Amino acid sequence: MSDAQILVEDISVFFPLYHASARSLKKTVMAAASGRLGKDKQRRVVVQALRDISFELNGGDRLGLIGSNGAGKTTLLRTLAGIYEPVMGRVRVQGSLNALLDASLGMNMELTGRENIMLRGLYNGLTRPELERLEEDVAEFAGLGDFLDLPVRIYSAGMVVRLGFALATAIRPQILLMDEWILAGDAEFMERARHRLEAMVRSAEILVLSSHDIGIVRAWCTRVMWLDQGRIRADGPANEVADAYAGPEPELAAVEVAG
Amino acid sequence: MSSAVTYLAKNALVEFKAEQTFASRNLLAAEDLRDGIRLLPLALTLGWLDIRLRYRGSVLGPFWLTLSTGVMVAALGYLYAGIFHTDVHDYLPFLALSMVLWAFLSTVVGEACLAFTEAEGVIRAVRMPFFLFAIRILVRNILVLAHNVVVIAVVYVVFRLWPGWHLLLAIPGLLLWSADSLAIVLLLGGFCARFRDIPPIVASVMQIAFFVTPVIWKPEQLGSGVKLLPLNPFFDLVDVVRTPLLGGMADANVWLGAGLYSAALIAVAWLFFTRARGRIAFWI
Repeated sequence: MSDAQILVEDISVFFPLYHASARSLKKTVMAAASGRLGKDKQRRVVVQALRDISFELNGGDRLGLIGSNGAGKTTLLRTLAGIYEPVMGRVRVQGSLNALLDASLGMNMELTGRENIMLRGLYNGLTRPELERLEEDVAEFAGLGDFLDLPVRIYSAGMVVRLGFALATAIRPQILLMDEWILAGDAEFMERARHRLEAMVRSAEILVLSSHDIGIVRAWCTRVMWLDQGRIRADGPANEVADAYAGPEPELAAVEVAG
Repeated sequence: MSSAVTYLAKNALVEFKAEQTFASRNLLAAEDLRDGIRLLPLALTLGWLDIRLRYRGSVLGPFWLTLSTGVMVAALGYLYAGIFHTDVHDYLPFLALSMVLWAFLSTVVGEACLAFTEAEGVIRAVRMPFFLFAIRILVRNILVLAHNVVVIAVVYVVFRLWPGWHLLLAIPGLLLWSADSLAIVLLLGGFCARFRDIPPIVASVMQIAFFVTPVIWKPEQLGSGVKLLPLNPFFDLVDVVRTPLLGGMADANVWLGAGLYSAALIAVAWLFFTRARGRIAFWI
C-alpha cells in the first residue's frame, strides 16, 4: 500500500449564491458582514469560503484546524474529502480516507440500529462477511442490546450518540478527517469512547482535525493551521499557533471556546 | 473489549484540478458511473428501503399500489369504453398496460428532479458517486412496477389474453427504459438542483404529455394523425413496451423514434453531467 499524502496547491473554493434571495438571505448578510462577498467571472455573487490555501501533509502528520465559526474549517475538510471540488488550484489525496464530518451520515431515524449498521457498511463498499463482523463490532461497542432491532427514532439522545460514534469509528482509514462533533458527548461516555477514538487516530497515517477545543488540538496535533475568513492566518508547530490564537494558558482557552 | 477499529476504508487516489480539459471531465464522469455500479448492493438496498419506509406500518404495504391501480383500471376501463364506444375486452387491457407503464415513466421523471436534493445529507457528508442515486431511483421504480404487474396478470386472466412469445419482445424496450431512466436522473437531478423552478415545469410538461400521448386513448382514434405520433417521444417509448405486451409488434418507425430520442437524451445527459458533476455539491 502506498504512503498516504495530501497535497493542496493554491485552492480557492467559492460558494455561488444561486438561491440567495429564496434560501439563504441569512448567509448573504453574514458573508457581507465579514467582507467575503465577491463576484466571479460571470458576475454571480459568491462567498469566498477558501482563498489561496496551500499545504502538504505526509505520513505521521497531525494537522489541527482552528479559527472562528465560518473561517472555512469544515469547507476545507469537505474539499479534502472530495465533496467540494475547488474552482482554483489543485488537490491530490492519496490513501484511503474516512471523513467524520456529520454524525448522521447514513443514519436513517426510521430504520433500526442494525439496518443502519448494514447501510454504513454498504456505503463503505464492504462485502457480506465484512458486514457481519462490522455489525458484531458496532453492536458490542454501542451496547444497545435489544434496542438494536428497534427504529433509531425511539432511541434516547445518548443511545443515538453511542451508535453514531461506534459506526464512525468502526472503519479504519489511512487519512482521517474529523470535525469536532465527534468529541461531543457526555463525560461518562467519552471516557469509554476515548480509548477507541485514540486507537483510530493513532492508526491513521494522517489526521486532520477541526476543533474549537484548543486543549484537544494541543494534545493530538503536531501542526496547527489557523484559518481566518478563508485564508491561512498562521501555520506551524501546534503550540506556537495555538498560543498565538488563544494565548498561552490552554485551560483558560479551552473553557472559553468549548462547545 | 471490542476489537474496535477493524476495517480498512477502500484505498483511493483522488485528484482535482480546477483547470479541466474535455478529456479529464469525461474521465471523472466515467469514474462516477463505474463507482456507482460498484456500489450496486448499496443502491439496491437504498431503493428497497425507500419502498419499505414509504409503506411502514401499513397492512398491505406496497400492495396498496396494486390495489389502487387495479381499482382505477377497472373503473376507468368500463367508463371510457362506454364514452369511446369501444369494446371493453379490447380497451381495458390496453388501458391497464398504459396506466401501469405511464406511472413508471412519469414517476421516474418526477423523482429524477429530486434525486440529488433529497440526498443532500449524504452528498455533503461523504464523497459518493452521483450515479448511485440514479440507480436507486431506477430500483425503487422497478419495485413499484413489479407490484403493478399483478394487475396486468389479473387482466390477462380475466380477458383470456396471452401475448405468448411476444412478451419477450418487450425486453429490449424495458432495457431502453432503464438506460433512459438513469440518463434522465443525471440530467434532471443536477439541473433541478441548480434551477429550483424546473421541477414544477417538469411536472406540468408531464401532465400535458399524459393527455397528448395515447395513454387513455388509443392511437387509432387519431385517424390520419396517427402517422405523426412517432414524433412524440413519449408515444415511442410507451409503444415499444406496450405493443408486445398486447401481443403485437411495434412499428419500425416507433422503434426508430424510441432509439433516436433515447440516444439524444443520453447524449444530452452525458454532456450536462460531465460539466455539472463537480458543481452539484454546491447547488444542493
